[in-house]
Amino acid sequence: MLLLPCPHCGLRDEPEFSFGGEPAIRPVPASAVDDATWADYVYLRSNEKGPHREVWCHSGGCGQWFVLTRDTATHAVITP
Amino acid sequence: MRLPTGGRIDRSKPLRFTWDGRAMTGYAGDSIASALLANGVRIVARSFKYHRPRGIWGAGVDEPNAVVDVVWQGQHDPNARATLVPLRDGMAVRGVNAFPNVAFDVFGAIDLFHRFLPAGFYYKTFKWPNWQRFEPRIRAMAGLGRVGTLRDTRAYETRHAKCDLLIIGGGPAGLAALRAAGAGGVSVILADDQPELGGSLLTDPAEIDGVDGAAWAASVAGQGRVLSRTTVFGAYDDGSYGLLQLRDHAPEGWGTARLWVVRAAKVIFATGSIERPLVFPDNDRPGIMSANAVRRFLHGQAVLPGRTVIVATNNDSAYATAHALAAAGASVLVADARGEPGPVAAGLRVLPATVPLATGGRRGLAWVDLGPQDGARRERVPADLLAVSGGWSPAVHLFSQGGGTLRWDEALAAFLPDGGETVAGSITGAADLATCLAQGHAAGLAAAGGGDLTAPRTAPAPAPGKILPVWQIHPSAGRQWVDLQNDVTAKDVGLAALEGYRSVEHLKRYTTLGMATDQGKTSNVNGLALLAAATGRGIAEVGTTKFRPPFTPVPLAALAGSRHGRLVAPLRELPAHDDHLALGADMRDYGGWARPGCYQHIGETVIAAIAREAENARLRLGLFDGSSLGKIEVQGADAAAFLNLMYYNEVANLRPGRLRYCLLLRETGVVFDDGVVARLAADRYLLSPSSSHTAGVLAMLQAWHQTEYPTMQVAFHDVTAAWATFAVSGPRARALMEQLGSTVDVSEAALPHMAMAEGTLHGLPCRMARVSFTGDTSYEISVPSSYATAVWRHLLDLGAPLGMMPYGIETLSVLRAEKGYILIGTDTDGMTLPVDLGLEGPLRTKRVDFVGKRSLLTPDATRADRRQFVGLLPDDPDNVPAVGSHTVTGQCGARRSLGWITSACMSPLLKRSIALGMIEGGRARTGETVEIFHLGGITRATICAPVFVDPAGERLHG
Amino acid sequence: MTRYSAFNLLRQGFAGQTGWGAAWRDPTPKQRYDAIIIGGGGHGLATAYYLAKLHGMTKVAVLERGWIGGGNTGRNTTIVRSNYFFPESAALYDLALRLYEGLSQDINYNIMLSQRGVVQIAHSEHQMELMARSVNAMLINGIDVELLSADDVHREVPLLNRDPAARYPIHGGFVQRRAGIARHDAVAWGYARAANALGVDIIQNCEVTSFQKRDGRVVGVETNRGAIEAGVVGLTVAGHSGVLAAKAGFKLPIQSYALQAMVSEPVKPVLDTVILSGATGIYCSQSDKGELVFGAGLDLYPSYAQRGGLPTGQTIVAALLDMMPAFRSLKLLRQWAGIVDVCWDYSPLIGPSPVEGLYLNCGWGTGGFKAIPGGGWLLAHILATGRHHPISAPFDLHRFTSGRLIDEAAGAGIAH
Repeated sequence: MLLLPCPHCGLRDEPEFSFGGEPAIRPVPASAVDDATWADYVYLRSNEKGPHREVWCHSGGCGQWFVLTRDTATHAVITP
Repeated sequence: MRLPTGGRIDRSKPLRFTWDGRAMTGYAGDSIASALLANGVRIVARSFKYHRPRGIWGAGVDEPNAVVDVVWQGQHDPNARATLVPLRDGMAVRGVNAFPNVAFDVFGAIDLFHRFLPAGFYYKTFKWPNWQRFEPRIRAMAGLGRVGTLRDTRAYETRHAKCDLLIIGGGPAGLAALRAAGAGGVSVILADDQPELGGSLLTDPAEIDGVDGAAWAASVAGQGRVLSRTTVFGAYDDGSYGLLQLRDHAPEGWGTARLWVVRAAKVIFATGSIERPLVFPDNDRPGIMSANAVRRFLHGQAVLPGRTVIVATNNDSAYATAHALAAAGASVLVADARGEPGPVAAGLRVLPATVPLATGGRRGLAWVDLGPQDGARRERVPADLLAVSGGWSPAVHLFSQGGGTLRWDEALAAFLPDGGETVAGSITGAADLATCLAQGHAAGLAAAGGGDLTAPRTAPAPAPGKILPVWQIHPSAGRQWVDLQNDVTAKDVGLAALEGYRSVEHLKRYTTLGMATDQGKTSNVNGLALLAAATGRGIAEVGTTKFRPPFTPVPLAALAGSRHGRLVAPLRELPAHDDHLALGADMRDYGGWARPGCYQHIGETVIAAIAREAENARLRLGLFDGSSLGKIEVQGADAAAFLNLMYYNEVANLRPGRLRYCLLLRETGVVFDDGVVARLAADRYLLSPSSSHTAGVLAMLQAWHQTEYPTMQVAFHDVTAAWATFAVSGPRARALMEQLGSTVDVSEAALPHMAMAEGTLHGLPCRMARVSFTGDTSYEISVPSSYATAVWRHLLDLGAPLGMMPYGIETLSVLRAEKGYILIGTDTDGMTLPVDLGLEGPLRTKRVDFVGKRSLLTPDATRADRRQFVGLLPDDPDNVPAVGSHTVTGQCGARRSLGWITSACMSPLLKRSIALGMIEGGRARTGETVEIFHLGGITRATICAPVFVDPAGERLHG
Repeated sequence: MTRYSAFNLLRQGFAGQTGWGAAWRDPTPKQRYDAIIIGGGGHGLATAYYLAKLHGMTKVAVLERGWIGGGNTGRNTTIVRSNYFFPESAALYDLALRLYEGLSQDINYNIMLSQRGVVQIAHSEHQMELMARSVNAMLINGIDVELLSADDVHREVPLLNRDPAARYPIHGGFVQRRAGIARHDAVAWGYARAANALGVDIIQNCEVTSFQKRDGRVVGVETNRGAIEAGVVGLTVAGHSGVLAAKAGFKLPIQSYALQAMVSEPVKPVLDTVILSGATGIYCSQSDKGELVFGAGLDLYPSYAQRGGLPTGQTIVAALLDMMPAFRSLKLLRQWAGIVDVCWDYSPLIGPSPVEGLYLNCGWGTGGFKAIPGGGWLLAHILATGRHHPISAPFDLHRFTSGRLIDEAAGAGIAH
């Protein structure tokens, strides 16, 4: 059971959190973006094995969204 | 047999039990296994494949054979391990997987054909005509116990705990660690799976710090929180552990378990080690036991499993058993595989360089052939007990689960943990008490951050003799068993290697070695050593299979814990829940809320109730409880601009006091939710997402605000539970509102359709909204939810003279279907775009980059043949087509679906069937007749606009 | 290759089981192959087999980092079915099921296909309506399914919770009779043995470390056992697809998660079909050894660790016991996880990658085992001809740019 570092609340148990995907830069304005670029933003993932940048939400706590780097092979949080 | 004195049993408390129907007696302090041994029962089970008779090998979690069916006090365990269940008065114990019983099993005849049934034989045959012809017989032969009719109704608790240090194992090493760490002031939890602390101290006499070992153990217990009868079954992320505590003396009865989830900053694995069998011909006969287990039964329960005993060993540890047996009056002969015997006491007969070469006996062990490993000579020696020690395998399962690495030690012939100060005791390969105590002490001090407590003292032991690894005796002779429960032989390991299953994981899966209910505790190392020999590799190179939770089988009910019955996923209830029940509501689960489908009168069917409520709501007046509808307040200087970036529709130009029906999209353009957006003030909005999506909508707003638009001044608050909301709908709705007595002006001019106002209702804050889901004039009255019942009853009282009836969701669904109002998740799914619903305006006119906008411009979003929301009028006005029917084109084999029906009902006003659906290019097909397919049958309908009643919406303004 | 048959089993019984040859060789990698398949799981081994069997391409190697079948193929809950919503999916999964139906005979290895039926259960009227939509779609697409009433479902599965006060009461369901289970290890081993017999090199303990490219086209791989040239390369590494894709310089619409599987102690036969619940996502069957094999949803954060966590494990068990209260007397014996490559629309990716010479068969997520023969057959077709087969074309990576997704989650009524 993961122990994750909420920037507000400190280390809390896994069931208090929701995973929010990989951070991405939203291409705007919509009119300037071609289909392939937009599809890359919406659908592509880096999906690294190892250090992986992730967005998390302390949904069962303060509701804070935050980014951390976590190793997907060992589950260890690398940088909060 | 039972010795007249000794053992940690209470002879004043005889316990009666039955074994396969035969009455027997045991004592408090017995396990089922020790009681069976005391009563002279030799055959307790049959092996899985060949149905060979099996006896008890071990005394604890290492036991591979003694799986029995136990019934006691109305509770049933079909696969109980006899060595782990404490005996209780009145227990009914039975053998499993045999007919008529384990002593005289007719299926034992299968063993006659064993040469045709090696490991994996089923992969090579049963292909013609197909596997299913043979499968029922094979299935009937497989499985151990039988799921019976007794139902486990007990409640299982889950507890959570945190500690600085978790010590796993309450033997001498674990206790020494507890003593040291506890003195150092850190919070400690120690888990031990036995009823009494002490581990080997309970069976091997010892003196520590001047007192008896068992007494010393009891004295140390106070240094921390001790959980007895508690097995740590899993090591998980970030120092979390799963523990199963058996609460034998709980009022709920035998076997009730409590699950602990412990988060420990540090851990010490003092989990001990498990004795290995020797692999020799016919080594599976009942009467062959682990030497250590023999000693545990002897000292623990005063059970002597045999009178004429041979002790076969390749290391020193079994000599303690030989001496103990001799002291108990048995005749003992030691066969030591090594040239130099171990620590012999006076009078003990030892045959050096001698191993068992064969065993015999019809209903259990009667003789053993002894001789050198090459089998050059042999001597037949009568024996009714063969106590075996092939060495010790450190119990590294949990250590490894937690990510620890192992290394193979040639000298000790064991996989040892690279654990530093997280491991102590025989898990490190240590054999003597003094070393175990010292290691535990050091580990405990280290975990506490230091300290000056001195280690517990005990008499030093002489250095143990070396072990002589003997992985297989006389390879070519007879059947030599590695996994006793799954009937895997040394030859099977050789066959696997020959056929190319050379990885240790392939060996396991191909032969099923280690996959029985004992999880390979006594077979893994022997198996992989044999594989190493068969493939010309070293044991270190072969390695072990991966260790995974659970360490021992864990009851499913304990894992589920309190999530049982209603608590599996609790339903939310409306504030006026009890009133709905009293009115005869048919309550159902709608998106996680218990809501009334309709209110059935006595003797009325659901369909009749819906028809009555719908007709009444259209002609007179209906009352609906909409309290579960979401309410999210959005406030801030940038509230308007922010919501405009979220919603599909324009919301920034909404005037205060006005409402607008809006869609919320995902970034993929798909319609996520719909709802009414109300503007309360320049910087304040009230959103009403659907009941089942409220949490998701709030999460979406928070996510976009925090991650994409963090500089915008806006805050959100979910007030769904704070307000109760009731809708009054129908031609007489305004008449009721005029009598309501609120401070809100409800005239058409002051409160037109799609407007809202705030005021008070008999002193209560209230919000009134003119919004309709029925298509008739409709008011939503919101009051603080703690007054829900009072206001609900007040509305019913006021409405009675006006012919008001309450209506439920199913009725609402019919009313809105007449108007073609969509239901998210019913008329839409995870593919529906706004254009499919005919809502193209904002895409053309709205400038900002709202969520999902760019996805509405892709080739797939703009193709002409997308499914579109339309109405359908079935040719047969009395036939309501099934929801989920498809409209089709083409015939039989070449049929293609054009879409499906999403809603269908009898129209209360039109008195005929109507339907809504998503049909390919539907809007261009208005007037067309289409075929409707349902489960092979075809009917017809005509496509029309998705509104059947009052298309101009005049009824909204009545 | 010694033929597997009852006759030979009998003969070998008298010979002490010593006459069986190795099921596959342990060859040294050649310098060059016409086709290299990266990933020795079911899909990769099936691809190699069909390349050799149907396209006459035998100068083929399967490169497996560990031991064959050690990834998701050896970790799944063994369910096979083709009851999917969209016609494109029906064609894909039913191709696989039809190939499964003849497979034991075809590859001379008993994969223990048990077409005992898969019953999916609805727990509300709304779910029944969604099921009717699915059943009708399947019937139109030629898949053998039947809608069931609540009584029908209880008759199929007598131990289901009949309590009207159960949290998830049973409203009905639907069944695919041809669906069922198969022995997962046997599928991998059987394809490996058959491909090996046709000349394919199966190379274990061989990890691809990078791709060799010339003019932007993949022409070979570097491995821990040396460099190997290839005419074409197929990628069938499931959960590790993103890792290999990164080595080739592109990304995929895939996230890798842990999917847990659990096994109880073996008991006498007590469940004769496979059951799936729409409410909790639980699925359960009883193996031929008597163990209950079950699972449910993902651990909801990316993972390559092949182990799940306790909270999700508890949720899975609670869901199973709510549906089948009789199982409360049983114990959990084994638990593990795979690495499932979940594609955005819950449909696989089959076809050319963005890099020339490299072809994909991945993104099967939680549903790869049932598709193994079909995935292998289709990738073999693409590798041999350079073109899609009509059945694989809709699953091309390009669908994400056009937006023409095949959203099976949406098809099942799941909004995401």
